Amino acid sequence: MRIALPLLAVVAALFMVSLLTGPADIGIGESLAALLSGGDGPLALVMREIRLPRALLAVMIGASLGLSGAAMQGYLRNPLAEPGLIGVSGSAALGAVLAIQTGLAASFALGLPLAALAGALGGVLLVMALAGPRGTSLTLILGGIAVSSLAGALTALVLNLSPNPFAASEIVFWMMGSLADRSMTHVWLALPFMVLGLALLAGLGRGLDALTLGEDAAQAMGIDMVRLRLMLVIGTACVVGAGTAVAGAIGFVGLVVPHMLRPLVGAHPGRLLWASALGGAAMVLLADIAVRVVLPERDLKLGVLTALVGAPLFLHLILRLRRERI
Amino acid sequence: MSLVSVTDLGVRMGGRAVFSDVSFEIGAGEVVGLIGPNGAGKTTLMRALLGLLPFEGQSTLAALPAAERARLAAWMPQSREIAWPVSVETVVMLGRVPHLGTLQRPGEEDRARVAAALERMELAEMRDRPATQLSGGEQARVLIARALAQDTPLLIADEPIAGLDPAHQISTMQSFAALADVGKSVLVSMHDLGLAVRHCTRLVLLGEGRMIADGPPGEVLTPERLARVFGISAWYKVTEEGPVYQPLEVLR
Amino acid sequence: MAAAEQIALPPPPDAAPARVVSMNLCTDLLAMLLAGEGQLWSVSRIALDPMVSPLADEARDHVINHSRAEEIYLMRPDLVLASTLSPRSTVLMLERLGIEVAQFAPASTLEDVRDRVIDMGRVLGREAAARAVLARFDARLAALGTDQGPRPRAVIYHANGYVSGRGSLSGDILERAGFANAAHAAGYGSGQVMPLEVLALSDPDIVVTARTYPGGSRSEEVLSHPVVRAFRAGRESAVISDQSWVCGTPFVLDAVEQLAEARRRIMAGAGE
Repeated sequence: MRIALPLLAVVAALFMVSLLTGPADIGIGESLAALLSGGDGPLALVMREIRLPRALLAVMIGASLGLSGAAMQGYLRNPLAEPGLIGVSGSAALGAVLAIQTGLAASFALGLPLAALAGALGGVLLVMALAGPRGTSLTLILGGIAVSSLAGALTALVLNLSPNPFAASEIVFWMMGSLADRSMTHVWLALPFMVLGLALLAGLGRGLDALTLGEDAAQAMGIDMVRLRLMLVIGTACVVGAGTAVAGAIGFVGLVVPHMLRPLVGAHPGRLLWASALGGAAMVLLADIAVRVVLPERDLKLGVLTALVGAPLFLHLILRLRRERI
Repeated sequence: MSLVSVTDLGVRMGGRAVFSDVSFEIGAGEVVGLIGPNGAGKTTLMRALLGLLPFEGQSTLAALPAAERARLAAWMPQSREIAWPVSVETVVMLGRVPHLGTLQRPGEEDRARVAAALERMELAEMRDRPATQLSGGEQARVLIARALAQDTPLLIADEPIAGLDPAHQISTMQSFAALADVGKSVLVSMHDLGLAVRHCTRLVLLGEGRMIADGPPGEVLTPERLARVFGISAWYKVTEEGPVYQPLEVLR
Repeated sequence: MAAAEQIALPPPPDAAPARVVSMNLCTDLLAMLLAGEGQLWSVSRIALDPMVSPLADEARDHVINHSRAEEIYLMRPDLVLASTLSPRSTVLMLERLGIEVAQFAPASTLEDVRDRVIDMGRVLGREAAARAVLARFDARLAALGTDQGPRPRAVIYHANGYVSGRGSLSGDILERAGFANAAHAAGYGSGQVMPLEVLALSDPDIVVTARTYPGGSRSEEVLSHPVVRAFRAGRESAVISDQSWVCGTPFVLDAVEQLAEARRRIMAGAGE
């Protein structure tokens, strides 16, 4: 765990920077005072209702994506597995959009995250069924393309059929994700599901370690594969569903972060879990700071930045896997 | 005392019986060689008796809870899969998984067992190298060491010496014999009948959808059985250097 | 803008058109206000939507079109009414088919609204009706009496955080109602997004929002953000339905009057 402390320090530092980044020009001391002491002034409102939830959500969602990416890769023993790429986030977005358009989200507070969770669950089960137990790159990616394009098309359809004129243009938000204008309401909405999901996924460490030697060997080492699969599916659905419900689908975090951290933890799938959670938090915080610094007057989507980093890496991984396996 | 006992074991796959009515038991201090031609069901038999696939009949191992079984028998599958570039030592340490509590970290005894297994397989010098960068034979030794580190009364290994150089084939079989010396047992499937005869205390011959023979090597490998099951002839003699067995010709 | 209108509008017809089809909400509304009996044959589908159309009931008396060239051509109109923002391909197609199309630019001030009424009266040959509508319009505007007194600071906050600045119809409505545009003061113009935290720190006396549409959207969520809610809770607020200001028609006076009423309440509160 030599890298735990440095990673924690990076996350803490980026969290502070995120709190201090925004279009309103407020001094550092002033903002922190307003954050800590509260009060009714507009400054406290800005810090507590705009910037704090934004930074908190970046940490929560980043940790979720990093951890679920590392867990899926460990389970499928494939570095290309990632909730965004294989359509789990897209399916969660479909669930969320359905909840909003059917009025479920308005009539019942937890309707939105629960519907997104159900969508993510469907997506994860479908991809795992399509990819098969060993999840070869080909079947995994083909399955992922099928699931994510279907989910994307259905999301676009639902939004186009909406009586709300704004909804139709929101496919970008659901496909690319953004943390703009989120509030503490969203934090509380996502938190319980994320805590549950993170706990489930974090418990997978030893099983994933054993899976390094294949399913047969892991099972013979006393790993209950049925239980492991169940924890992985439910845990992923919880964290990806809750994250997507409040911030849309943010791709590539679960791909980039485990890939970069793997050498630092000796490729240990179990140790990679927590490292990726911290790394994911750092990456989403950084991306969310960047969208506010680079194009402050536009709502640049987070997924744009993560894809700019992630897509070339994805290609690089595919090329490397091709060299290794053929 | 019997470590595992199977009774009337049978496996069907795709509606076809792979084998049926297999019964044997393995006691302490035995090196049991599981032999038979390709497709006889050696791998299937081993997986079935571990409870890794559905079967008919009884197996005392398969009946145990997974965690308890993992402390009684170690399993080294034929597919030598190492998915991530973890160090050799990390792979071998995985053998300690069944002995650790949920959040327990490896302790002094675990490290000692791992060191001994590395030593036994002559891997101590490459303990820090990524296991995925080793040659196929070296990886096989790493996986044998992993199974040894599990430190169970019974070790079940599916073709562990395939692809090893002659020296490591012999030393691996000697390691199994050494386990038997301290009262542990090994069930090992293999194709090299010469090594099987020299290093196994007992052979189980699988073929024709059933168990054909079970006994000391000299009794199991009769010329008639060899001709019928494998379609070969062989030269066999107990010499001053121990039993020597040399397959000669294909008969059909 | 004025030059574009002159190009877009054909010369007044010698005889008033007898079968007019409108394919845009804003021309639908103007035409329904001014057209003679039986003159307006068809209006666009959006005119039926009460969220944006103040004449939704009247729209039902007309044939409904979907703003497509083929169906409009088959209606055999003498004149088609369109916006300068209508799809160019549709307008060109109709013109190629020999149908006269009158295009109206969107209004961005109350003065523009008066011009559009006059233009519509001219192309429909209903100048007298247009003059009558304008007379009532001017009278209502004069009756507001919002020229004097303090100007409370207001922000019109739309979905996705867009604001109305100067030079937009809703911005002009705000100023006619006696408010100062706080978004403009903070440096944000029309078509620009004013971040929530800038809104919070600019601390306006009133936040004016549009009524949200059914079905829900992520874009409109910002209108119920705790920050906007906090402004609503603590002070005067106004929710204007899009039907009152989405088009430059005399109906904008409903929005002006509603805002002027809100201003009176603010001033009464301040005077206590």
